[in-house]
Amino acid sequence: MNNTTSIVAILLAGILTDNMVLSKFLGICPFLGVSKKPGTAFSMSVAVTLVMVVATAVTHPIYTYLLYPKYTYLETIVFILVIAAIVQLIEIVLKRFIKPVYNALGIYLPLITTNCAVLGVTMLNITENMNFVQSLFNALAAGLGFMLAMLLFAGVRSKIENADVPEFLKGLPITLIAAALVSLSFLGFAGIGG
Amino acid sequence: MEIFIAVVIVAVIGLIAGVGLALASKYMAVPVDEKQEKIREALPGANCGACGYSGCDGYAAAVAAGEAEPNKCAPGGETALSLISEILGVELTSEPKVAFIACKGNCEKTLNKYSYEGLMSCTAASQIYAGPVSCSYGCIGFGDCVKECPFDAITLENGRPIICEDKCMACGKCIPVCPKSLISLIPKKHSVTVNCSNKQKGAPVVKNCKVSCVACKLCEKACESGAIKVENNLAVVDYSLCTGCGKCVSACKRGVLI
Repeated sequence: MNNTTSIVAILLAGILTDNMVLSKFLGICPFLGVSKKPGTAFSMSVAVTLVMVVATAVTHPIYTYLLYPKYTYLETIVFILVIAAIVQLIEIVLKRFIKPVYNALGIYLPLITTNCAVLGVTMLNITENMNFVQSLFNALAAGLGFMLAMLLFAGVRSKIENADVPEFLKGLPITLIAAALVSLSFLGFAGIGG
Repeated sequence: MEIFIAVVIVAVIGLIAGVGLALASKYMAVPVDEKQEKIREALPGANCGACGYSGCDGYAAAVAAGEAEPNKCAPGGETALSLISEILGVELTSEPKVAFIACKGNCEKTLNKYSYEGLMSCTAASQIYAGPVSCSYGCIGFGDCVKECPFDAITLENGRPIICEDKCMACGKCIPVCPKSLISLIPKKHSVTVNCSNKQKGAPVVKNCKVSCVACKLCEKACESGAIKVENNLAVVDYSLCTGCGKCVSACKRGVLI
């Protein structure tokens, strides 16, 4: 990716063609774990989007000015460290200043500390050679893509709840099959936005 | 040398993050009410929602703020109540309650209107001609309440849910799931129960169920304290007036009162 790639293309790619969950298979854990109800799926997605953007805003400068070019191999460990600290900090700040948001996100915020989608998007920003602004929009797009996948899948799962599923497929098996089908449908977006 | 710098970079970033978090948690700490924490510890932590709050945390906060009565915790019962009242410094009592299903109909006592083949759920079945059971007020018997009960206190026997009163914590979760609204909470030390919810009168009631209330008012006449009344063709007991004499039970010809 070069420096002239437009913001629109980044957003389109992040949400549809290179969807975090359904094309890159990152963040499968919350995708399967928290998608039972649209409400909780939405809360989780908002938390993920928030953390993704803030984490990118911090990790991108650290990589560009501190680690590059000599210590690039420290990328993973430093990013994990920074993301874990940021999530804790966001939690403290939200609890202090915006209590309703803190209550709404609840347990989901600390869970994101160890979410591979957040680490994934910060590292992909680096491997794709994005500049700072592009990285921020890519993180936003990844978060929105995560939200889209979560909400779509929450809808699918609420339908499964009322469906007559064969005994041997009940529970997780049918969820995985449904996830595969939703993922397959996103293959249709391949090619859009170049 | 290079590895040394790498270690320093990671260590410094870790140190900054650690100190930052320590400062943040100190200067932006939200004071938690000491009472609230104590009350939370006194609660059983089942997060059953019987109190009407999101969980034990939410309930503890409401009690500490004085917004909720301290006797709402059903699983905690007497123990939790006495602990909470100790923390709050007030004297409180509660009467233990138990869930009760106001229908005696089962596979033998009621008829089938039609043969139902579909999702084995009372809510689903009740959508079709008010359910397959001949009495349109009665229990459908697919056990929506059984599935809902967090304490395994309800079991299905012969097409009718039976509540084990020892296991029932009176959390009330089964009340909203019953499409016929048969379940209510009654005092645990109850004397008389009306085991029917049919509000019809006369012949159709007798035809549809062998153990239905036909609103004959014999119980009303037998009761000396005026605790039992027939309203909307159905006997209703006022437990605050009931003396537990049992005269209505022997007066009932159809075995509705137990």
